[in-house]
Amino acid sequence: MTGTILFTIATLVALGLLFAVVLYFVAQKFKVEEDPRIGTVESILPGANCGGCGQAGCHAFAEGVVKAPSMDGFFCPVGGNPVMTKIAEALGRAVEEKAPMVAVVRCNGTLASRPRTNEYDGYASCKVMASLYAGDTGCKFGCLGKGDCEAVCKFDAIHVDPERGIAVVDEDKCTACGACTKACPKGIIELRAKGFKNRRVCVLCVNKDKGAVTRKACSAGCIGCGKCSKTCPFGAITVENNVAYIDFSVCKLCRKCVEVCPTHAINEFNFPPKPKIEEKPNEENV
Amino acid sequence: MDKLIVSPSPHTHGRESTQSIMRDVLIALAPAMLVSVLASGWSALILLVVGVAACVLTEFLIEKYMLKRPVTICDLSAAVTGCLLALNLPPNAPWWLIVIGSVVAIGVAKMTFGGLGQNIFNPALVGRVFLLVSFPVLMTTWDDAGSMFGIVDAFSGATPLGAVKEGLANGLTLSEITADNLTTTQQFFFNVGGSAGELSAIALILGFIYLLCRRVIKATIPVTILCTVFVVSGIFWLANPERFTNPVFNVFTGGLLLGAIFMATDYVTSPMTTKGQIIFGIGIGLITVFVRYFGSYPEGVSFAILIMNCTVPLLNKYCKPKRFGEVRK
Amino acid sequence: MKKTFRIGGVHPDDSKISAQCAIEVFPAVETAYVSMAQHLGAPATPIVAVGDKVKVGQVIAEPSGFISGFVHSPVSGTVKSVGPRADIAGNMVPHVEITVEGDEWMEGIDTSDTLVKDIPYTPEEIIEKVKKAGVVGLGGASFPTHVKLAPPKDKTAECLILNGTECEPFLTSDDRIMRERPQEILIGGAIMMKALGVTRGYVGIEENKPEAIASMTEAAKAFPQIEVVVLKKRYPQGGEKQLIDAVIRRQVPSGALPIDTGAVVQNVGTSLAVYEAVQKNKPLIDNVITVTGRCLPTQHNYKVRIGTPMSKILEVAGGVPEKAGKIISGGPMMGRAIANLDAATVKANGAILVLTPEETRRRPESACIRCGKCASACPMGLEPWLLNKLSRAGGLQDELEKERVYDCIECGCCSFTCPAGIPLLDMIRSSKAEVMKIMRSRPKK
Repeated sequence: MTGTILFTIATLVALGLLFAVVLYFVAQKFKVEEDPRIGTVESILPGANCGGCGQAGCHAFAEGVVKAPSMDGFFCPVGGNPVMTKIAEALGRAVEEKAPMVAVVRCNGTLASRPRTNEYDGYASCKVMASLYAGDTGCKFGCLGKGDCEAVCKFDAIHVDPERGIAVVDEDKCTACGACTKACPKGIIELRAKGFKNRRVCVLCVNKDKGAVTRKACSAGCIGCGKCSKTCPFGAITVENNVAYIDFSVCKLCRKCVEVCPTHAINEFNFPPKPKIEEKPNEENV
Repeated sequence: MDKLIVSPSPHTHGRESTQSIMRDVLIALAPAMLVSVLASGWSALILLVVGVAACVLTEFLIEKYMLKRPVTICDLSAAVTGCLLALNLPPNAPWWLIVIGSVVAIGVAKMTFGGLGQNIFNPALVGRVFLLVSFPVLMTTWDDAGSMFGIVDAFSGATPLGAVKEGLANGLTLSEITADNLTTTQQFFFNVGGSAGELSAIALILGFIYLLCRRVIKATIPVTILCTVFVVSGIFWLANPERFTNPVFNVFTGGLLLGAIFMATDYVTSPMTTKGQIIFGIGIGLITVFVRYFGSYPEGVSFAILIMNCTVPLLNKYCKPKRFGEVRK
Repeated sequence: MKKTFRIGGVHPDDSKISAQCAIEVFPAVETAYVSMAQHLGAPATPIVAVGDKVKVGQVIAEPSGFISGFVHSPVSGTVKSVGPRADIAGNMVPHVEITVEGDEWMEGIDTSDTLVKDIPYTPEEIIEKVKKAGVVGLGGASFPTHVKLAPPKDKTAECLILNGTECEPFLTSDDRIMRERPQEILIGGAIMMKALGVTRGYVGIEENKPEAIASMTEAAKAFPQIEVVVLKKRYPQGGEKQLIDAVIRRQVPSGALPIDTGAVVQNVGTSLAVYEAVQKNKPLIDNVITVTGRCLPTQHNYKVRIGTPMSKILEVAGGVPEKAGKIISGGPMMGRAIANLDAATVKANGAILVLTPEETRRRPESACIRCGKCASACPMGLEPWLLNKLSRAGGLQDELEKERVYDCIECGCCSFTCPAGIPLLDMIRSSKAEVMKIMRSRPKK
């Protein structure tokens, strides 16, 4: 009995050692020579393999940036500037700091401001709904609220708020990888500069219908009146196809447009509250 | 009028639902359940009730408290597993045996894979095999539990297959073993020592016809299994009738009918195309016969089905349905 | 043994509750809104301007491409506007709005009922007349008929099959025209056979229309080259590929067109329109629309001029009942749910179906039980459970192409059958569009 056990153990150990040796030599013989810097760069990268850089994953990015002559055209939105600086150091190159970006859902047509005109009973996918018809509200450009953006986000940074019926971005988690912008069939989501102290001003509407039509469909929509464009001291706002657009690279965050917008389609993010001006009492002679 | 409803086509639906299909399976099992209770008395009834309750409760508790997702006990699939498990146990098995079996069947074989539709192995069979391997004695002895209303007398002792295996191992020939064994007719109706569900072939066949009429299953898998068993065992029997049992005996014993009609045809764990189903059926038939003739267990249906369950994803991948346009004329 | 197609199919209730309602002429409207998108392909270009006076049958828009067609005014009056208007889905489409004045027809159109049997035209003349009359496929697809009647040089037409199956539940307009105007349909068939240069013609009718079968069989005695074929009641018997399989037992190869089997299929309504176009010089300006639904007090088969708002049709039919939930343009299997009831009818509209929420609301989706019933039901031999799974996963277009998602005819048998209530067709349709777009963008070898 003991003899059998000993024999079995001995055979298996011998086989194991034999295979180990064979595998070692095979691994050495068929080894793929790779620039060791690729491995270094890859270990610096966040490893999310999200494709936000435009490359086919973190390894492909590492390969690409090592083989390229400069750092131009390579930016990891997830790791951002800190990671790019570390990579630049590791490769002995210089890199420009990029302004951090964030995804913005350019629609504020909530359940309250944009009444539903019919009931959608199909599969809960924005893509399916958009290809079927103009939507369950009077605005055919607005957020459908079925969550295709939420489904593709790898960072848990965008969710459809069930009470408001539209998608909302969590800017602390958003890495601006761009997946949601591609997933949205209406093209509502845009990557915009996060802004100085995370402050930014944005037109939350993409409705290209004439003002009267927009207004009837949604009380928060842009009617293309142009007041914002005339008010902006820096020429950052253009009105085209009945909708205003703020160029974030020109906008100086003065917020004059926010004050004049009649429908409050232009919204400000992360500004401190303005001090209240006391109202002068009415002088009435009773 | 409320807001218009808008959706993509189609705008209407057929009458079947998961629940209606499971309900039909329960109805089809009713004759077999009835015979088992009549033949084996209260213990069989207790097994059925405890089995269904244990399966449903296990699914409920896991879904509500462990997985925290919507509870699906209303689709009746857990109830079906409970009935099948009860019919696969000896009628006088203790109640705690089936509780363990249910927890394994639902908890391990179904919920760990993701719930209904995701499991690879037939849950009732996994439960049964687990019990067989863990409690071999309890699972293979039958006592005369006493019939109900004196209608049916159950046979006590080892199952015919068990007797055959033991006898052959002791060097007896088949004619010597079957000398005091039963005729085929008796096997067909009842009076065969076996697990509760094996007791009546006719009750099972009635259930089969019901399922066919309600279009719940197609006859492909059961017919393929039974034909394979009949043909293959027939070939061996013709070669050596003293060593190999005859094909009719093989078809009617050992829970083959129960397995072929109710376990192998489980949607989730069987192939989805006819070609795949034929291969599946042949495989089960072959393995059953070989285990019975050459394996160390007297009975092979459970193992055969579980082994073929492994091959189902492969069969689904390679056995595609006939495409429109492949036949020109 | 009645003929039928060989793969898949389902059996919904046929619900032909409007079958005994004879065709009624719909009363004149005040304004007609004629869409420029009356056919598959590019919308037509309007050639009238605001203020122009038009007569019934006058050309108001011309084709803007190879797959396009003429559009004629269905009414006489003054053009009020030319501009975008919402269709049934709420999408803006160019329309010509005409204020109706009287009912004056263009010269040359024969508005009498006299049957004209002789066909003294050459095939080229027939095709030109059909084109000039703006005839499109009235089975629902709206494919310009003159294009179908002139197959490419490398394909040969061997026979014509008239589609009288009307396999969609609730629809009875084809049934009624087969009962009321069988000879015109068959003359139309003979005209198309002459245009195609074929000598064999068939009319496929489902067995649930015994009066139509009798009427067409009787009329077909005068047309020995056309045979009436009775088909089993099964959905989608009226699908072009399925019909060809049933009648002449040939299956259109994957990715190919029906003409590759030698058969040209036309709806019986289209055949009637061809008769009117060629023999009466009457362009396509009206169609028979079944207005039906179990919650409607009365059922109707109206002959409606194109450009009539659907809300007006429902109003005349007795109004939209309080318990209406979904109103469909077409049948319950492949029709389109209407989001905008004010949309105006187009040539291929064949039905307005009103369903209550109980009849149509989808049941909640549950887990796939891998029953394979969707694959058994699919008339194209596809595996909807797999196509749905690949579609939902995203990014697997090459796998979808391998599984032939482009062969899907969007009949709805899979979603109809699924016991778990999974909306299979929703995602399959979406991926099919994506995959076909990718396939079309590939450079041709």
